[in-house]
Amino acid sequence: MNNAAVVTGEFNRVVKFFWQELKPRGKWLTPFNVISIPIILIGLVILYFRFVYGIGSVTNLNQYYPLGIWIGFDVVTGVALAGGAYVITFVVYVMRMDKYHSIVRVTVLNGLLAYIFYAGALTLDLGRPWHIINPIIGNSFGYNSVLFLVSWHFLLYMLTMALEFSPVVAEWAQLEKARKFLAGLTLGAVIFGITLSILHQSGLGALFLMAKPKIHPLWYSEFIPVMFFVSSIYAGLSMIIFEGTISHKVFKDLLGGHDHRRYEEIVLGLGKGAAITMFVYYFFQALIFIHEKRWQLITDAWGYWYLVEIIGFVLVPCFMYAYAVRNRNLGIIKVASVMALLGIVLNRLNVTVIAYRWYDLNKYYPSWQEVVVTLMVVFTEIWIFRWIVTRMPVFEKK
Amino acid sequence: MDRRQFFATSATVGAAVLNIKKAKADNAGQSKEFVGVLVDTTRCIGCRSCEVACSTVNSNFVPDVKNDKALEKVRDTSEMQYTVVNRFNTEKGEVFVKRQCMHCWQAACVAMCLVNAMFKTKEGPVTWNGDKCLGCRFCMVACPFDIPKAEYRSWNPRIMKCTMCYERLQEGKRPACVEACPTDTLMFGQKRELMEIARHRVYSHPDKYVHHIYGEHEAGGTGWLYLSAVPFEQLGFRVDLGTTPYPEYTKNFLVSVPLVLFGVPALLLGLSELTDRKKEVGESQEWTNE
Repeated sequence: MNNAAVVTGEFNRVVKFFWQELKPRGKWLTPFNVISIPIILIGLVILYFRFVYGIGSVTNLNQYYPLGIWIGFDVVTGVALAGGAYVITFVVYVMRMDKYHSIVRVTVLNGLLAYIFYAGALTLDLGRPWHIINPIIGNSFGYNSVLFLVSWHFLLYMLTMALEFSPVVAEWAQLEKARKFLAGLTLGAVIFGITLSILHQSGLGALFLMAKPKIHPLWYSEFIPVMFFVSSIYAGLSMIIFEGTISHKVFKDLLGGHDHRRYEEIVLGLGKGAAITMFVYYFFQALIFIHEKRWQLITDAWGYWYLVEIIGFVLVPCFMYAYAVRNRNLGIIKVASVMALLGIVLNRLNVTVIAYRWYDLNKYYPSWQEVVVTLMVVFTEIWIFRWIVTRMPVFEKK
Repeated sequence: MDRRQFFATSATVGAAVLNIKKAKADNAGQSKEFVGVLVDTTRCIGCRSCEVACSTVNSNFVPDVKNDKALEKVRDTSEMQYTVVNRFNTEKGEVFVKRQCMHCWQAACVAMCLVNAMFKTKEGPVTWNGDKCLGCRFCMVACPFDIPKAEYRSWNPRIMKCTMCYERLQEGKRPACVEACPTDTLMFGQKRELMEIARHRVYSHPDKYVHHIYGEHEAGGTGWLYLSAVPFEQLGFRVDLGTTPYPEYTKNFLVSVPLVLFGVPALLLGLSELTDRKKEVGESQEWTNE
């Protein structure tokens, strides 16, 4: 009886605590709010039309372009950019490099939210989203399907990241016993998460292996899965640098007592990692290019477009990273990270949308509704991110 | 259980687990041969009876064949029509070609589908099951012939494609289009028989036909086969699809999955043990060899 009373009291405390934490804090009329609120509202209206009148009523998708930016950007690109979580957990928990410990929490949070929102955006694109439970509950498994594998890995990886982040939530809710228990599971979760990441990052590329006659030969090779995996490493690292830069401006006061020198060391380390993986990626691309004798393919507009991606947004930022690390120049690293991210966006969109059915005269381009919904997904994610970091101990205050 | 028995048992179980799919596939192969349809484009007069019959049987849009002048431009199958007949002006004059799902022997759409909504039946037709489908439309990405079509304007979209009248086949009937064809352009049967007939026609009239049966090897072989008097690229066929069955393209990736799934955690656990400082012996112990 006494126990029951304690539990009820604790329960009431937690409910009250959540209720207080739900209230907004800070100023309302910030530039970000002014832009994002209308876009989110318009996005909701568009989604109403999408679910009532069909996907065709708001998108430019057609029988020859079944995938648009909701898949090509939100899902395929979004997941690549969220690769930072598995890279950093590898570095910190497996390689035990303590230098990066202070950015683990925020990176995992970013990864978790990115997966929830960008992989979640998948449900907006599904024609019959209520059947999404079919591959999970075993309403006939397509074992031989890459898509089956990718969808399961998405799901499991989201759970894994939630587990990795759960100690922070427990700390916030002041549940010390739960925190200790959850923290004990971290290494297992991390190892499982890295494995899943390797498989689904490459699996996203493997989805397009059967589209061989439809993707321009410069972007198609049997190594798409490997390329997707390798590029997700530097995509993740670049995203951490990019997000870190913004967080440092926006959440300055949350980072109290912050040691600038330590931050600089972290960014330089990440930049070095990005430079090396980018060079490996470039080298792979070059090998494929030479091995498949693609010289005659780069003489037309598609060839130039390919060179823009590979030289302009892979090789150039790679050298910029290397130069900046050597000269300890954080400014150039930040520019390089943005360029590397653009290169990832270009590459994923080329495979899924731009160089897909390159021979088609009626090319797909996104409708304004598709763009608004994409922005809505991004902004909503930022809202949730902001809500969490202003309440939970995400940024380390040591 | 002694050791030997244990190994024998685990080997049997392991073999059973790994080979279940293979065994199933073998059984399916033995019980029945895949069926298909042979299309002799030299016989087609472009009457489009097949279009009407198909749409009637499947409750799709029935074209007004006499008045719609649809042959004036090249059409594709759509979410409203599983099959269309097109007219091509070739070096040997007008040729009519029927287009529909090819019912590949190893279909890309089936291999892509994560819930077996696209399904290769043991009789040969590739069918679609709306109770399973998520509407992800990756079957449309995978299909080398661009056959599956989505109903974009519906809150509950279906994937529309020819099913070779699977339900009629179950009743012992032939596909509606074959039934409706007045000129014997379409011939229904098992692929082996159809190939013999097709080869016989090509060999006995070498001047009339090109020496190629479209669908014999394309994309690993298809259920529907085409004979033609002119090269197939003049009839709107893609001739660059290769002869590899499309599911083969993802095979290497799928084979490497268990390797990663078990190899990587082992490697990472080992690494994490090696890097654990707490377990280091004698931090203070100094190395003397320089």
